[in-house]
Amino acid sequence: MLDKKDKIFNNLYGLKGKGLKTAKNFGDWTNAKDVILNGKDWILKHVKDSGLRGRGGAGFPTGLKWSFMPSKTEYKPNYLIVNADESEPGTCKDREILRNEPFKLLEGMLYASIAMEVNTAYIYIRGEFYNEFVSLQNAIDECYENNLLGKKILKTDYNLDVYVHRGAGAYICGEESALIESLEGKKGQPRLKPPFPANVGLYGCPTTVSNVETIAVVPAILKRGSEWFAGLGKENNTGTKLFCISGHVNKPCTVEEEMGVDLKELIEKHCGGVLGGWNNLKAVVPGGSSTPLIPASLCNNLAMDFDSLKAVKSGLGTAAVIVMDKSTDIVEAITRFSRFYNHESCGQCTPCREGTGWILKIMKKLCKGTADINDIDKLEDICSQVENHTICALGDAAAWPVQALIRHYRSDLEKRISSSKLVSSAE
Amino acid sequence: MKKVYVNDKVVSVPDTATVMQACELAGEEIPRVCYHESLSIAGNCRMCLVEVENAAKPVASCAFPVAEGMKINTKSDKVKKARKGVMEFLLINHPLDCPICDQGGECDLQDQSLYYGKSYSRFEENKRAVEDKDFGPLVKTVMTRCIHCTRCVRFLDEVAGTHELGAINRGEQMEIASVVEEGITSELSGNIIDLCPVGALTSKPYAFKARSWELIHHDTIDITDGLGSNLILDEFQGEIKRVLPRFNEDINQEWISDKSRFSYDGLDVQRLDKPFIRDDKNKLIPSDWKTSLNNVTGLLKKYKSDEIAAISGSLTDVETMFVAKELFNSLGIYNLDCRFNGSNFKINNRTDWLFNSKIIGTDKIDKLFIIGCDPKREATVLNARIRKRWLSGDLEIITLCTPNDLTYETTSLGDDVSLLSDPSFLTDIKSFFNGAKYPMIILGDSILSTVEGEKIHSIVKSLSDNCEIIRDGWNGFCVLSAYASRSGGLEIGFLPSKGGLNVKQIKKKISEKKIKLLFLIEADDFDLSDLDIKSTKIIYLGHHGDKHATKAEIILPITAFTEKKALYVNIEGRPQFTKKIIQNKGIAVDSWKIFRALADNFNLKFSYNNHEQLLNKIYKLHPEISFINQIISSEWKSFKSSSIKLKTLKSNFAVVNYYQTCPVTRASNNMANCRKRFLKKDESKFNG
Repeated sequence: MLDKKDKIFNNLYGLKGKGLKTAKNFGDWTNAKDVILNGKDWILKHVKDSGLRGRGGAGFPTGLKWSFMPSKTEYKPNYLIVNADESEPGTCKDREILRNEPFKLLEGMLYASIAMEVNTAYIYIRGEFYNEFVSLQNAIDECYENNLLGKKILKTDYNLDVYVHRGAGAYICGEESALIESLEGKKGQPRLKPPFPANVGLYGCPTTVSNVETIAVVPAILKRGSEWFAGLGKENNTGTKLFCISGHVNKPCTVEEEMGVDLKELIEKHCGGVLGGWNNLKAVVPGGSSTPLIPASLCNNLAMDFDSLKAVKSGLGTAAVIVMDKSTDIVEAITRFSRFYNHESCGQCTPCREGTGWILKIMKKLCKGTADINDIDKLEDICSQVENHTICALGDAAAWPVQALIRHYRSDLEKRISSSKLVSSAE
Repeated sequence: MKKVYVNDKVVSVPDTATVMQACELAGEEIPRVCYHESLSIAGNCRMCLVEVENAAKPVASCAFPVAEGMKINTKSDKVKKARKGVMEFLLINHPLDCPICDQGGECDLQDQSLYYGKSYSRFEENKRAVEDKDFGPLVKTVMTRCIHCTRCVRFLDEVAGTHELGAINRGEQMEIASVVEEGITSELSGNIIDLCPVGALTSKPYAFKARSWELIHHDTIDITDGLGSNLILDEFQGEIKRVLPRFNEDINQEWISDKSRFSYDGLDVQRLDKPFIRDDKNKLIPSDWKTSLNNVTGLLKKYKSDEIAAISGSLTDVETMFVAKELFNSLGIYNLDCRFNGSNFKINNRTDWLFNSKIIGTDKIDKLFIIGCDPKREATVLNARIRKRWLSGDLEIITLCTPNDLTYETTSLGDDVSLLSDPSFLTDIKSFFNGAKYPMIILGDSILSTVEGEKIHSIVKSLSDNCEIIRDGWNGFCVLSAYASRSGGLEIGFLPSKGGLNVKQIKKKISEKKIKLLFLIEADDFDLSDLDIKSTKIIYLGHHGDKHATKAEIILPITAFTEKKALYVNIEGRPQFTKKIIQNKGIAVDSWKIFRALADNFNLKFSYNNHEQLLNKIYKLHPEISFINQIISSEWKSFKSSSIKLKTLKSNFAVVNYYQTCPVTRASNNMANCRKRFLKKDESKFNG
């Protein structure tokens, strides 16, 4: 279990007060001037050494991503965009940061901006997060008042302006290039890559899009040292992470834990265990709706980090653990996911546009039991036709939960079909 | 150059090439639906996926740049599966109505499903249905067939520049639609029919008229504007069924305007198929050639040569004007003019009225000054080319007396012609062109038809000299005329000579009742509206009973451009032939033959008796137009003009009725529908 002193987010639930003063009590913005004066290369080096991987789902090494940014030129500014469009079902970690720890995010943005020579940064916040937007905007205003943002920050030569942009509720706008399109005022549709945003991003200028949590842990790394951060967790999966546990647990919560924490420990220590005890567990979805589910049989001694979860053909994603006990109709649950992806597909590229609809239709039939036994193979094939063939990862995200369902619960599906056939023939 | 391996075959490709281009160079065909050479890359159909070594996923070859030593595989199982998968997805919501679809037989989806589709469907659910949209009288929509490639959206955004289509909704519910259903107003809208890879957008006038494999294709050229765009005319059972563009990089690339594409239905209606002679009761009575030509001869003999004039119109071919000129000059008649709209200027040589930089020259211009014309409606395809050049950056455009909706950003200098003679104007323009490598001035024929036309021409010419618009290997002085016949007429000199009268003077003489006999050779756009023509007898040559036919003393029926092989010269000075595709209507003849026959009535010995001999004679006298489809440049002759003062004259020279500008388009039902639909608001301004 994570030692209290190693925690980064000490006021995650806002129980200890709000505002800049409270935040400063917890260490935000202390020694900020020193960090600023340490300069670009120092920040980059420490972020790289810490082994921090992006907290938005893909887990790309943050230091490496930042180092892709070219130096700004006279003609093209660099941009930093913080992706606060947290829409992945099950995920509620960024929400807590925006509500109660916005100063960590803003401080992190300042350091990230120095590392990438950015003078203008945007926060693209999910449209539904109205209260979070208000608290974030208040925090920004407070920072401007205290010379923590704006011109000549803390009397250094550094300038940074931060703007908040509210999204309009599309899940796809959490994808970085769709987010950029949306920020530019266009329809939120992912762009083709290459070129990557680090070369051609917002308004055609070099841009880095980072998740809220990624940026918010940066000040801690720089102040407590990259060795400290790298010392937590496992190799290649370092640091602490916010886990959002929901579903069939006694006390759903968002909690900071060490990377690689045991799943059972996570659930039992922080959430009061699975409803009806650990043996009542049916499956977990470990990282938000797009990661493949893991049946209970694989959940013992399961370390919650990028690589361990990959080994069981799933992923850490956003670390949004959805716990399902044995009362769950797993087919129904995955159908709900399929409905979500069908609804949120942007419609730009063929496999996702047509595939998500087809998957949903077959899933609905499987739910009702009106499907044919061949439909399971067909569904698997359709998923493989969507996976990897789309412009962005939404196609993959739509296919993975269904593929995992078939992988782990094929016999259940078959039983369901044959029993409903029996019922209909008896009638 | 980069070296890449396509299925283990080594090819060198340009540094900026895409994987698709590399595959094509290696002889591998890549299926595609959304990709189009002339549009931006969307990469959304996913049909062109190929495998690239070390890439985690198959890549969209249309958008992926090549890298040195890249290994591309287009034949692996992964690629095959990807293509088949995408094809299946494209087809699940696509209706199986190929037998009643106009795209059938020339459908990209149909062709590709032959190679990548399954012979059965696994889709047991209900197909999506989409409500059809109203895109106007030209483009028919069956939106259920749409596969969302967004070519039409990109075309209207990028080439046409009107931004009229977009995708609404998302996911499966995505639809291509216009924001407000007002129809697509762009003059290039017909091209989205060609671009649509399926039958979602088809031609409304062509709907259910023929199947594509029954059509016979004929190569010809367009005569609705001065560009001479290359066309394919599709004929079935002796009728023109549709018109398509024919690729020509030098002229129209692969686009044509709606007027060229849809006015063909005018060729079948209101046609003159026999001669008519006005009788004592002032009625036009059908006649035969012998009588009518004898009557014409009689009239020619009756009046003095300075009481006779001839004006040719916008569709007249070179041969006709040549023979007519020879006949009239032999008879001592010099009141000839091919500039029926009254445009007037002093001519040193061909460069005074040609589009000297050539159309292809617009691809490299960096400073442009447009004076007194409406390129969007007078030379639609050229306008799109200027827009394309403008989109690629580093092109500054200023305009004087032009409309303000030219689809590119311009700095307008106003609507007052007299600015041209302003003393400070020259210095301003000089500083504008300063540093330009390929400067261009487009001078509208429209502004030359004003009362100040002649002066404007000389001012702009000396302006061009002063601003060094003409330099080594580059002549940026371009006159833009909207008429197919204009360059031809000027080439062979169907102009007043030996003290003859030009159009404006002829008009004046008519009102003074001094012109007794007027030949109108397809010259319906010669404005007679404010003239008293009671004492002028009109000999009318035309294929349509158009504006002036009812005023005629004698009507002589001639063939339209689809019924004759005839020479036209476009604005660049490029001679091109039309093709004889359909039969003459009734006893109509090629118009040059009428003048040849009249010459016999006067016992004039003309050396040619057939078209070939005539052409040889024309080539001999006018070698500049003797090389078909080639442009012979001429030396620029500058002249210094003393300062000229222009009267204030305000106009933006916008073409009010783009759709109806010649006898064919005025007879066309399609064009009438367009006018009704798109130009309703300006109805009061029509004069036709």
